[in-house]
Amino acid sequence: MTVVDALETRLRAAFPDAAALSVEDRTGGGDHFQVVVESGRFAGLSLVEQHRLVYDALAEPLADGTIHELRIRTRAAAPVETGGTA
Amino acid sequence: MSELRDRIQSIITDEPVSLFMKGTPQFVMCGNSDRALRALLDAGAPVTAVDVLPDPEIRQELSALSGWPTIPQVFIRGELVGGADIVEELHESGELRRRLDEALGADRKPVVQTVALAS
Repeated sequence: MTVVDALETRLRAAFPDAAALSVEDRTGGGDHFQVVVESGRFAGLSLVEQHRLVYDALAEPLADGTIHELRIRTRAAAPVETGGTA
Repeated sequence: MSELRDRIQSIITDEPVSLFMKGTPQFVMCGNSDRALRALLDAGAPVTAVDVLPDPEIRQELSALSGWPTIPQVFIRGELVGGADIVEELHESGELRRRLDEALGADRKPVVQTVALAS
């Protein structure tokens, strides 16, 4: 399993509902990553709280040096529209 | 609580805007620290920069205080704003400027001062 796959597996476990989830090896060197997560878990949370959830999910690879640099983009998954709003 | 941790806490609490970064504003050692610094200055923030590189303990104590695992870390009036991604995102949406206005008033200048922390 590549590092990218391993990170994605961790994120999928933490955000099983994710509407969008990706891990990109930004430099090709296997230690600089960009992750994007769109999840209902982020609803109502500040960006700091949202990023903390991602850090929690990746705590181990962050602590053991697998991840040298991490860029995070989070989005709260939009609730299902049930009617028009002005 | 260690003396170093006390000094980090005072910077976070007392400085209007603090940026814990790798390197100094004159000689930035990391692209993410650079992104955070640029966004802050572009939003007109007076930045107090602290280099975490001289001593690994600075980074350990900082993360113990903030609960944030990575560098850079930005605080406005003692409150953690986030790392480079968040600060950049807030700047792009105009939210960073709004939060600076709210915390520091509109009459402010994008100036940089550095504080050296070495144990």
